[in-house]
Amino acid sequence: MVSLAEDVAIVAFEQTPSHARFNDSEQAMIMPCVNSVIEQVGMDRHDIDFTIAGSCDYLSGMPFAFVMNIDAVGAWPPVYESHVEMDGAWALFEGFVRLQSGDIDTVLVSGSGKCSPGSYREAFSLQTDPYVHAPLGLDPRTQAGFQAQALIAAGKATERDFAEVVVRSHANAKNNPYAQLSGDLSVDELLAEPYVQQPLRRLDCPPTSDGAAAMVIARADKARELCDNPVWIRGIDHRIESHHPTLRDLTDSPSVRIAAERVGLHDGPVDVAELTVTYSPEEIVLRDSLSLNGDTDVNLSGGPLTGSPFMAVGLTRVIELARSIRNGRGRRGVAHASSGPALQQNLLCVLEGDS
Amino acid sequence: MAPRPCAVLGIGQTKYKRRRDELTLDGLVREAVLRALEDAGATFEDIDAIVIGKAPDALEGVMMPLLSLADALGAVGKPIHRVHTAGSVGASTAISAVNLVESGMYDTVLTVAYEKQSEGNATWALSGGKSGGQGAGGTFAPWIRNYIARSKAPEHIGWMVAVKDRLNALKNEYAHLHLPDISIEKVRESPMLWDPLHFLESCPSSDGAAAMVLGNDDVARKSGRPPAWVISHAKRTEFGQFPGRDTVRPRAGVECSEVLYRKAGITNPREQIDCAELYVPFSWYEPMWLEGHLIAPEGEGWKMTDDGDTELGGSFPVNMSGGVLSSNPIGASGMIRCLEAASQVRGTAGEYQVPGARIAIGHAYGGAAQYYAMWMVSSELNPEL
Repeated sequence: MVSLAEDVAIVAFEQTPSHARFNDSEQAMIMPCVNSVIEQVGMDRHDIDFTIAGSCDYLSGMPFAFVMNIDAVGAWPPVYESHVEMDGAWALFEGFVRLQSGDIDTVLVSGSGKCSPGSYREAFSLQTDPYVHAPLGLDPRTQAGFQAQALIAAGKATERDFAEVVVRSHANAKNNPYAQLSGDLSVDELLAEPYVQQPLRRLDCPPTSDGAAAMVIARADKARELCDNPVWIRGIDHRIESHHPTLRDLTDSPSVRIAAERVGLHDGPVDVAELTVTYSPEEIVLRDSLSLNGDTDVNLSGGPLTGSPFMAVGLTRVIELARSIRNGRGRRGVAHASSGPALQQNLLCVLEGDS
Repeated sequence: MAPRPCAVLGIGQTKYKRRRDELTLDGLVREAVLRALEDAGATFEDIDAIVIGKAPDALEGVMMPLLSLADALGAVGKPIHRVHTAGSVGASTAISAVNLVESGMYDTVLTVAYEKQSEGNATWALSGGKSGGQGAGGTFAPWIRNYIARSKAPEHIGWMVAVKDRLNALKNEYAHLHLPDISIEKVRESPMLWDPLHFLESCPSSDGAAAMVLGNDDVARKSGRPPAWVISHAKRTEFGQFPGRDTVRPRAGVECSEVLYRKAGITNPREQIDCAELYVPFSWYEPMWLEGHLIAPEGEGWKMTDDGDTELGGSFPVNMSGGVLSSNPIGASGMIRCLEAASQVRGTAGEYQVPGARIAIGHAYGGAAQYYAMWMVSSELNPEL
């Protein structure tokens, strides 16, 4: 486990509902989240030391789209800020790292994305290497299908297991006002549906979603000053794997295993896990690689299968975990974010409630 | 806890060129990265984390390219993340990498930035993805005219910068443009692109990558390589448009340099800093940044250019490497400014070395002159000022 110079806590968080289509700008989704977290900590926004956002130009369909998002954060007088072309969870990573230097106290983190204006499958197929994979149209759903097939071939899962993940996710989402999809499904009915990408069916895949999320994190003394129930970030780490699916064992996630070690995941109880399960088979891989047993509640929010605003969805997992801890569903847990096809890149963040 | 000291221990650059057709994106970044590792006496095994930056993905049409470049960058099993802050990104990426070292969480960090502009249409992308857009020159030209009106600078200042940077580039083997017969007359007679900017007062469109290996004080000591200590860094952002905005001397740029100097204890930048690599994509930005970053008093930056102070051998050399006017792989250009500043204080700048340079700054700006990222490097961790 990595030793940390500074204790850092989440002191405020907010998210939009996962919208099937948000009929306004990306900034209009971010701004209420930012305004809410600023109000929760009772600070003047000019007193926030550092701001960092995560978003993706390609989802917005425009180079430099992220520049307009600063309208939602505020940049006058000038601010100290940065941007990652990644999910907001990686903005949280950089914000957390920045606080470890000990010379600033507070960071405003956000993540946002709108999938509804375009075809996210087409956009995400451009994530693959441009010489071999992209011309084949090897989009993330295709690679998720490979992963699912690999699990079945290895005897690690069945289509029924995938359906059970979907049923549980949709049932959990009934308690989540931010979820886009929820309800009581039956495994047998799901298995009777046609494939969209064999062996995946429609609900094994995420809906098209728009959404945003924001949080304020702070160093220990400041955190206690700003908030009565800070949620402590005990560790955060992320790792990547080869881009080439043929060089990977798609039924395992060595990157998750390394990250779990680095954040000291099993140095304490793991009561709750919020995982970026974009395709249902990923939950099987993640549970195994995280060595989760029956003591851990997984995706109490319903997870991305019930609302998947890319670029906010990973940061939203951290928020959902923080909410579960504040609501007493557990004392300690792990949030997971992912990037790239078939869980190529993974981030883990361990949170713990205030003692 | 105080930030952990961080030093540049290795530098790598590709040859910058209109087209590097012989290389894939993987090959391009790897050329720079392998040179940086070799310069640091390190291998991929020594690297704890990687920070990559570039301008919009649409320039090459590859979304989130850190994913497809993971293998070429030796990133498998490691943390890698991607910074994007418009034209300032190369410098912001370097600063993000410094943050990783300063945090104490990572001992040795590789940072890389690139652009392969021949794979796309930069002017289209720089116009926000709109066809028939004005491009970067069209955005900046009115502000440059405003600077000239305010400062009453004579029109030959822009031509002088264009010549000086191209002459400097002749000493830099990596520079894209090598124009041995450049002259004031040639610049003046080249086609007018955006009044007052002539063709030869504008940056080229380049393919290229730049990389650095950064390490903490322990790593620096063990490496035995000359360190360039990052003694200060700063970033500032402001809105691109609003009534009353000063686009000639944006407040974010002024405040960015104020923070940079304050953190390093600099009270008189003109005297205490030995040289600077400033992001000058269009000739007039040299005097504008000399003023906008408080190196010259307001209205007097052009006099430094006119007096030859900013030449190699002058009292405050600027863009000794040839600058953005000689090589511009957009996403890498800011990182090149940072690593060229580091190269000066390491004493490794070869033919364009400023003798005895101890303190240097690297700078980049982006968007509608609204994003600023700057760092200050020194041959000593605690230099006497």
